[in-house]
Amino acid sequence: MIAGAYAVPSVLIFVTCVVLILVGAVGVITVKNPVHAALSLILTLLGVAVAFVAQSADFLAAVQIIVYAGAIVVLFLFVIMFLGVDTRRHVEIEPLVGQRAFAAVGVVVTVGGLITLMAKSHWVSGALSVSNGGQPIATGQGNVQQLGTAVFTTYLFAFEATAALLIIAVVGAVLLARRERAVASEDVGS
Amino acid sequence: MNVPAAWYLILAAVLFGIGAFGVLTRRSALIILMCVELMLNAVNLTFVTFSRTLSDISGQAIVFFVMVVAAAEVTIGLGIVVAVFRRRSSTSVDELAELKG
Repeated sequence: MIAGAYAVPSVLIFVTCVVLILVGAVGVITVKNPVHAALSLILTLLGVAVAFVAQSADFLAAVQIIVYAGAIVVLFLFVIMFLGVDTRRHVEIEPLVGQRAFAAVGVVVTVGGLITLMAKSHWVSGALSVSNGGQPIATGQGNVQQLGTAVFTTYLFAFEATAALLIIAVVGAVLLARRERAVASEDVGS
Repeated sequence: MNVPAAWYLILAAVLFGIGAFGVLTRRSALIILMCVELMLNAVNLTFVTFSRTLSDISGQAIVFFVMVVAAAEVTIGLGIVVAVFRRRSSTSVDELAELKG
């Protein structure tokens, strides 16, 4: 940690993010109980929300809490409760020999390559788009205003397409989860 | 001076790696879906970091759409998990091997 070179609050916020995100993420992939995995996922999502606020994405941080922690994780928990908690982990069974070792090597190579590539290109490079005219990203209400302007002008078509996507997802989920029963049979019980 | 963007990018890359490792090694379909969420969040963090560094709101707009797609994906994914559980009484992906050649 390079002390002194950077403002202390921003370093503290970053360290908080790192702790929340990494503890939660490691929890998701290591704990046995799926309920605990879902709770670890909430920890990671909170950490990402803190990182969003620290990088002046206030609206997205709020959406992150509302949509992810409030809806998606609750959906996960609902399905876990519906199916019953399954704590079998099959640690001893490894159908593909050396799967974990290969996965670890592949992930390390991928992440290492990614970081090397970004470092070689001075981390951030690329041209600005025209949507914001190069103004700095505002926080608070200004952030909502900028994001709303971008979504409802430049990205209007994509925004409308998400409406169709959500409808399709809802109809698909209802069809998948519906209990099939014979229409012709007389019995009304399940 | 604020924390440089590189730190957040490295954090996002590590988070992506942890999620990818989970997808590759865990057996439960539910945990695999959670790990996919981890990877999506890592990408979102990268987008927000680029957005701040380039002063370009487009990155945040794309994160907004990624969140919508993630919500749709989880809905369908959990629907499939429930449908599979009804037939097989298990959420382990190893037991779905009918298409094995």
